[in-house]
Amino acid sequence: MDERTDQPMDLQWTDAQEAFRAEARDWLASHTPAPRSLPSLDTAEGFEAHRAWEGELAADRWSVVSWPEEFGGRGVGILEWLVFEEEYWRVQAPLRVSQNGVFLLAPTMFEFGTAAQKARFLPPMASAREIWCQGWSEPDAGSDLAGIRSRARRSDSEGGWVLSGQKTWASRGAFAEWCFGLFRTDPDAERHRGLTYFLIDMATPGVTVRPIPQIDGETGFAELFFEDVFVPDDLVLGDVGKGWNVAMATAGSERGLSLRSPARYSRAADRLVELYADRVASDPARAQRSADAVAKAWMDAEAYRLNTLWTATRVLDGGSVGPEASANKIHWSETDLAIHRAALDLLGPEAEFHGDGVDAPWLDGFLFALAGPIYAGTNEIQRNVVAERMLGLPRG
Amino acid sequence: MHFAFTDQQLEFRDAVRQVLAKECTTDDVRAAYDAPAPRTSRWTTLAELGVTGLTVPEAHGGFGLGMVDLVPLLEEAGRVAMPEPLADTTGVAAPLLGDLDADGRHADRVGPWLAGIAAGTVTAAVADVHTPGRPVAGAAGADLLLLVDHTTDGPVLHAVAPDAGDVAPVSSLDPTRRLGQPAWAPREGTVLASGDEAVALLGRTSDRAAVATGAELLGLADAMVSLASNYAKDRQQFGKPIGSFQAVKHLLAGAQVLLEFARPVVYGAAWGLDSGSPDASRGASVAKAYASDAAVEAARVSLQVHGAIGYTWECDLHLFLKRTWALSEAWGSAGEHRMRLLDSLVATR
Repeated sequence: MDERTDQPMDLQWTDAQEAFRAEARDWLASHTPAPRSLPSLDTAEGFEAHRAWEGELAADRWSVVSWPEEFGGRGVGILEWLVFEEEYWRVQAPLRVSQNGVFLLAPTMFEFGTAAQKARFLPPMASAREIWCQGWSEPDAGSDLAGIRSRARRSDSEGGWVLSGQKTWASRGAFAEWCFGLFRTDPDAERHRGLTYFLIDMATPGVTVRPIPQIDGETGFAELFFEDVFVPDDLVLGDVGKGWNVAMATAGSERGLSLRSPARYSRAADRLVELYADRVASDPARAQRSADAVAKAWMDAEAYRLNTLWTATRVLDGGSVGPEASANKIHWSETDLAIHRAALDLLGPEAEFHGDGVDAPWLDGFLFALAGPIYAGTNEIQRNVVAERMLGLPRG
Repeated sequence: MHFAFTDQQLEFRDAVRQVLAKECTTDDVRAAYDAPAPRTSRWTTLAELGVTGLTVPEAHGGFGLGMVDLVPLLEEAGRVAMPEPLADTTGVAAPLLGDLDADGRHADRVGPWLAGIAAGTVTAAVADVHTPGRPVAGAAGADLLLLVDHTTDGPVLHAVAPDAGDVAPVSSLDPTRRLGQPAWAPREGTVLASGDEAVALLGRTSDRAAVATGAELLGLADAMVSLASNYAKDRQQFGKPIGSFQAVKHLLAGAQVLLEFARPVVYGAAWGLDSGSPDASRGASVAKAYASDAAVEAARVSLQVHGAIGYTWECDLHLFLKRTWALSEAWGSAGEHRMRLLDSLVATR
């Protein structure tokens, strides 16, 4: 019998994990900026401030703890990463401006990248010297991602590909240095074939960026225009024509274990309970109306924490994350909304305060949470995946 | 940190699943509707496998195991809507008697009951502390009643071996619930615990019952989602299976997501109880609330997907619906547990 699978259930962290936690906690205590003290990362100024913060993290090897040491990490496992995240969110450290790179592209690169690609791209990703955006959606290819029309034409003479087309909703696209994108390399192939995954330097001639102001007025994402943009062969990730498979690995990370660690929601849920307790004192009738929603949101965060530990254990025991990643994405996105919706109800008439001189963490968090059921594949698409791949229902 | 069952626990679960697939068909559940009784040949089979005595101390013929070991088996019982009182007897009564046995003062009295549970000759019903004075599930036909007298000095726990006529049956939409109103007068000889001891015992009992009931609800939810998914693959309208329509898919996917997240919550709560975690009681509340909500939603969705046929006596679905509705309210509803949790969070913040 396998040693690990014969191990009794245990939800206690080991002494080594607690020691790792203590080390992280000490470092964060003396380095983390005050909560919400950096300008929004969706502004030019805030983008650089967040880059500088991640540079500090990286200098002491805290930016990508689960990566191998040669690329800037500490070579720890997924459980230790979860411990680090608990500490990171406990002190309300800044959002990660490098998230598209470190949480989405990096796991894909570890699986599909060449040694040269890993050596070239992972260290500056870890230190946030190079920040990545995602070039997947197009004006006519959103939920129907395989409907991508942006093209990559082969240029044997130059030893690479010439990209043309338009991408949109590229988070971090307004300021990022690099983009990972899907382009059609074989227009005659079936939709899901004939796609290729490219790593694109945003400074290449022919790339035009048009920032898009988001619902909060800030330029969190952008449209990207590609006019005869040359990308050399060594910047293809995975095989030519296999871009869909590579992209699905990225999507698995986006929906599954790596993008949204549970600590983020656990801490928000704890702050929600604080807000509730304040309201019990100041406005008991309002508090009472929200009590059930507050408790439910806290439970949703707790369920997410436990489910993540359950999934992480399965992965460590040699299992994999399949369509459960879609269930996961539905859950974390809806949990985030439930927490913030409950908070706004507790705030009542104060909920709308926003703008100059107002610190509105709950409203900012709510606006951010609203995007959750849309990005990383809408929750409707995820429900299709759950129905078809977990329950075996026929495709429509 | 290793949040998983052992291979051995999963193998035992699979063995029990195989037995129940044969011995607890929906025809068998229907037969129990007509003649509800706790000690059946199926119960004897489970006793022989060691299931009924799983949590009974080894000194009394059991395995001396905990809630983590029992939860997967309770899921299997729920999956087939098993009528016998595995949760009440092995998940709630046996650990309660085990607590008293460990303390030594009541060994003479509780020992034979524990041995009887392991042997399959004793089934128990335990009064739900959430509903004092109300009918007790499983009381009609039970060999042992664990009842609570709510006195001005606090709760007093009594053990009663009922004689004929001691329990007045109360009918339920699900007859296998065997509800009964005990007609008993608290007597000196029936007292098991009082004062702080009773409060502590009943607190642990209530938490175990929440987790055990939650585990059954997981199995019920899984069964209902499966029944409805299979129906949606077969049933054709507009020339194709109704399961190919997104409106139907999304109903079932929503229920499946709730169930996926309810599972680790119940498993984690079981571990909390076994390990004596300071958060055990909180975990039990999250487990019961989550499992109740998941199962009630699975019930709603599976009936909707079946359409009119699901509303008939002929279709097996109602066997699962009725048990779900009953258990979702037993040992604290989702709403009660949410309030209990919130009070605890506010108090300890």
